[in-house]
Amino acid sequence: MSGHTIVAHFEIPYRACLDADGAPLGPLPAWTEDGELLRRMYRMMVRARTFDTKAVNLQRTGKLGTYPSCLGHEATHVGVGAAMHSDDVLFTVYREIGTKFWRGVELLDILLYWGGDERGTVYQRAAQDFPFCVPIGSQMPHAAGAALAMQIRDQRRCAVAFIGDGGTSQGAFYEAINFAGVKALPLVCVIVNNRWAISVPVAAQTAAATLAQKAVAAGIPAVQIDGNDLLVVREVVGAAVERARSGGGPTVIEALTYRLSDHTTSDDATRYRSADEVAEARRLEPIARTRNFLQARGLWNEAEEQALKAASTEEVEAAVKQYLATPKQSTDAMFDYLYAQLTPALRAQRELARRYAALSH
Amino acid sequence: MAKMTMVEAINMAHAWEMAHDPSVVVLGEDVGTNGGVFRATVGLQQRFGKARVQDTPLAEGLIAGTAIGMAAQGLKPVAEIQFMGFIYPALDQIASHMARLRNRTRGRLTCPVVLRMPHGGGIHAPEHHSESLEALLCHHPGLKVVCPSSPARAYGLLLAAIRDPDPVMFLEPVRLYRFAKQEVPDEGQALPLGCCFVLREGSDLTIVTWGAMTVDSLKAAEQVAADGVSCEVIDAGTLAPIDFDTILDSVIKTGRLLIVHEAPRTCGLGAEIAATVSEQALYDLLSPIRRVAGYDTIMPLYRLEHDYIPGVARIADAIRATLAE
Repeated sequence: MSGHTIVAHFEIPYRACLDADGAPLGPLPAWTEDGELLRRMYRMMVRARTFDTKAVNLQRTGKLGTYPSCLGHEATHVGVGAAMHSDDVLFTVYREIGTKFWRGVELLDILLYWGGDERGTVYQRAAQDFPFCVPIGSQMPHAAGAALAMQIRDQRRCAVAFIGDGGTSQGAFYEAINFAGVKALPLVCVIVNNRWAISVPVAAQTAAATLAQKAVAAGIPAVQIDGNDLLVVREVVGAAVERARSGGGPTVIEALTYRLSDHTTSDDATRYRSADEVAEARRLEPIARTRNFLQARGLWNEAEEQALKAASTEEVEAAVKQYLATPKQSTDAMFDYLYAQLTPALRAQRELARRYAALSH
Repeated sequence: MAKMTMVEAINMAHAWEMAHDPSVVVLGEDVGTNGGVFRATVGLQQRFGKARVQDTPLAEGLIAGTAIGMAAQGLKPVAEIQFMGFIYPALDQIASHMARLRNRTRGRLTCPVVLRMPHGGGIHAPEHHSESLEALLCHHPGLKVVCPSSPARAYGLLLAAIRDPDPVMFLEPVRLYRFAKQEVPDEGQALPLGCCFVLREGSDLTIVTWGAMTVDSLKAAEQVAADGVSCEVIDAGTLAPIDFDTILDSVIKTGRLLIVHEAPRTCGLGAEIAATVSEQALYDLLSPIRRVAGYDTIMPLYRLEHDYIPGVARIADAIRATLAE
């Protein structure tokens, strides 16, 4: 037929460094020669999981509010943190504690936030990072805006944004990556495809074969990776970060992982997925795989494992103790951060709240 | 000194602040090459460059959300939403993030953004181009909402809005964009936010209004003055936080209150003003508080828009009815 040509086509590469047992699939990136870095990353994964387990238990015993577990996401979360520079800016959803811990957010901060206290967002380090973002997808334009600010000021930095598989159904996701494409913004978007948006599987979110290919419509390079493979996460995100920081524009990376936990402590995942599916996913979970890799390299041993577990538990218990000993904010806290200066009407309401708070004590 | 329209004064305020504060950046649909559909940003891109005057893709949620990220990085974005009727896609960003960023981070991150948008009807525009949605915004703690009513006040209040450390929704009455010219000194002098402007002093009745309805209210006040009725006309200026001190002082003086707004009556800002004055000055009132507002209807297409927008006759009648109580 005349007048028929292909005007666009695309391919989405898939990348992995390790197999399911942690054995290299081929030559590894040069940076993996840095054994101490690998050990640090592994330690952070274990730290995140130890914290996570404790946080779920705290919720079960009524000492923490609703909490979204990160179980199974540790390689993606820590790998992204390790790929960023400290002066980059992070925009998360609400599950990425491994990334936040890597960037210096305290365990206590996370406990305070899910324990119902806004002071858990006052990060001493990572002072420009945004707090958790609960309305799905709405963090994406913030990341684009931060990236635009960096570009306007000609800074060698980038914004890194997480989004979930369900989040890619939101208009804000497309709006932000589209803008990033138009302006060649220093933005790295990591889609954490953990297969389930509460009870809705990816197949019910989109008919697209990959989530990465949504970036094609925005004119952005996209790649899919094994999100349970710590090495490939750090490698691919790191390359995207370096490219963004040097003016090369945005990248979208889809990290395939699996939410081994319920969506949050308020969810019951047995209602919508099979035990077989979860068992199969558990076989691919990232921590044992990373440990296998490190042990095979001679970078880790059983004694270190035991010492790490003990140290992580001790650290988490100390943070929990501090959290439980933190008194709640005064009622003034509802009013004092709304505006730079309190308005007269708010001043009167603040007095009212003080009065009734005093009565209830 | 040259006389200028409100839209020219708004342009001049942008230019002043951009020239004096390198952190001020402008973004929105058509704000660059085209200078905005009302020409409020005309010439800014030529003068300050494409980095500081950014045309965005056509997505209001993106414009508001991007401004948040920029502001948290230390810039002062002044973003344009083309018409207030198009603000709905941006409300998620405005309500969920812009209004809350300072509070939810205990002041660690702040959001000094100005979101400008044409407000109200009366210029024969198409569907969705003539809405008055200030009550939607005033209902959200963390926002400031401003609505100027003259070229000089638009200049001074926009400067104040840009300099404010918190997000300001800046509502520009479309009927007044090119309604009247006024001398506006370009001296970078801001007007205070959170203060009413007393446009006409009087002793029998207080009219509280804002935006384009100030013009009709002043005309009605003039009309009834011929009958010996003395109206005080107050332009609220800032709708959130609203300056109740000035309003209450005036009502205590006159004993009568009429609130005039273009937005629908139910749950309009007039209801809040009436409730507060009732709570704080009921025994100073000589007659019930009245409201003249848009009907509780969809803003009609333009052949009926002047039947929808309260005019001088409705306001004057309400003044007389209040005085007759």
